[in-house]
Amino acid sequence: MTSPTTPPLTPPLTPPLTPPLTRTRPGRATTALRRTAAGVGNLWLLALVLVLWEVYGRVSESLFVPPISRILENFGDVWLGGPASQLFLSDLFWSEVTTSLSRFARGWGLAVVVGIACGVVLGRSPVIAQMYGPVVRFFAAIPNTVLLPIAVQIFGVASNMNVFLIFLGSVWVVMINTADGVAGVDPMWLRSARSLRVPRWVLYARVIVPAAAPQILAGLRVSLGIGLILMVISELYATTEGLGFQIVVAQSSFRYLDMWSAFVLIGLIGIVLNLAFGRIETRLLRWQRRTGLDAL
Amino acid sequence: MNVVVDRVRKSYGRGAEAREVLTETSLTVRSQEFVSIVGPSGCGKSTLLMMMAGLLKPSSGEIRLGDEPVTGPPAGLSVVFQDYSRSLFPWMSVRRNLTTALTASRLGKEEQRSRVEHALESVGLAGKGEMYPWQMSGGMQQRVAIARALVTEPTVMLMDEPFAAVDAQTRADLEDLVLRVRHEYDVTVAFVTHDIDESVYMADRIVVLAANPGRIAADLTVDLPRPRDQVETKLDARFAKLRSEVFRLVMRPDTPASA
Ligand SMILES: Nc1ncnc2c1ncn2[C@@H]1O[C@H](COP(=O)(O)OP(=O)(O)O)[C@@H](O)[C@H]1O
Ligand SMILES: [Mg+2]
Repeated sequence: MTSPTTPPLTPPLTPPLTPPLTRTRPGRATTALRRTAAGVGNLWLLALVLVLWEVYGRVSESLFVPPISRILENFGDVWLGGPASQLFLSDLFWSEVTTSLSRFARGWGLAVVVGIACGVVLGRSPVIAQMYGPVVRFFAAIPNTVLLPIAVQIFGVASNMNVFLIFLGSVWVVMINTADGVAGVDPMWLRSARSLRVPRWVLYARVIVPAAAPQILAGLRVSLGIGLILMVISELYATTEGLGFQIVVAQSSFRYLDMWSAFVLIGLIGIVLNLAFGRIETRLLRWQRRTGLDAL
Repeated sequence: MNVVVDRVRKSYGRGAEAREVLTETSLTVRSQEFVSIVGPSGCGKSTLLMMMAGLLKPSSGEIRLGDEPVTGPPAGLSVVFQDYSRSLFPWMSVRRNLTTALTASRLGKEEQRSRVEHALESVGLAGKGEMYPWQMSGGMQQRVAIARALVTEPTVMLMDEPFAAVDAQTRADLEDLVLRVRHEYDVTVAFVTHDIDESVYMADRIVVLAANPGRIAADLTVDLPRPRDQVETKLDARFAKLRSEVFRLVMRPDTPASA
């Protein structure tokens, strides 16, 4: 189902009464209010789905689709309820989430390092890009889950298999975006750096990579999603612990409540990681608001 | 240090596409001198300046800084580009922009810090080191660009239409600023502009370029007293005379002088 177009949340700005040069900025309070309004506006569809789910779950009494309220109750029982020293999170939460996230961190972290390094090389050298570009595009085009049997074959059912799969699935999009970003760096900045006679490492670390950061970060954001999906999928397929494993076990023993609450947890982890990434991204790219006081 | 342009030619493109932008040109900017290079848009001013900066290779001929042939950006030479938003690094604070310019000179931390402070003070931006270029007006950003050029304590500073993008009031301030720091840092300046008043007001000597193909149309000495003053200097009869002379050369380079 495609989501219906969201209705206009705020009335269009009334034309400024002051001369056009002095752009009027809404006050802090209005902005906060508007943001809340926008947030509520975006949530209404979710709320509708949840209500329908709840109703369906109660009416149908299906074992497979329990009402939301019971899923949340179960979520509290299984994942929360630990002592304050564990931030009120259960033992199971800590053991499973740490297992999964540490696989994710290793695989994705490696993908980020390797992807950016190789991407910079590809972006700087048209010759190398021409030689290896097709290879990169080939791997990037392979559906990531196809690699799963290969990964299992190589590593067996061990954590390294999950790490490898996460790495292999997310490295290409980082590499391609970095290469594009680096190749597209404004030549005026390069000329400026050249006239400052900066050493090579300064050129790369302080000029080229930051200048390409908008695209690099766009690639990282996509790879973050891919990495999370592969984290769960690889755990569904072959492993003995982790969040995906919890889902498989719950499903195969008909504990559908546990299965659904594991889904909720994975969704929440995804949201938290994306929000955190968004914050870092905005902070790193503050300079892109290059309009600023420039026009004055 | 002298900057010598020795029988330099420049064409862009190859073979049948080749277009000569600068015919064989020779020019010496003497030590401590302030030379304006003025000419109509597209006559090759930037091309000439970028070759002097070692950022562009001449098609033939040689550029020398002192006795050393220039084959790449030389030490002791700084450039201020026209487009500050694309030459300053917006992801760095002002201070970091300046220390980045110092990475090649391998100075101690303390020396770096004091050079940066001094340069910022010289351009009237003391205490603004933690700001980011995008938080500043165009005039302030160009001040940062000048500070970044000065922080290496260069012997030669090349400026390519540095004030083309700022308003008249700011422009006058920046002109006087450059005339001041030029003495403070004892720097030789080649200053490209298309603004005729500016070329006369700033310089000891004016090199007028003509277009199609680019060449030197005239080389005039400016005998106006220093220090220059935005009001007094521009009222001087010699200013008016030079101004109209340059104007004639720029607008109608092929007509003979009307005595
Ligand atoms: N990279 C280039 N390739 C081809 N032509 C160029 C290039 N750069 C400049 N030109 C041409 O050379 C001439 C002189 O350019 P430029 O030196 O920028 O002039 P100015 O700075 O005096 O306006 C212009 O006609 C311009 O179109
Ligand atoms: Mg130019």
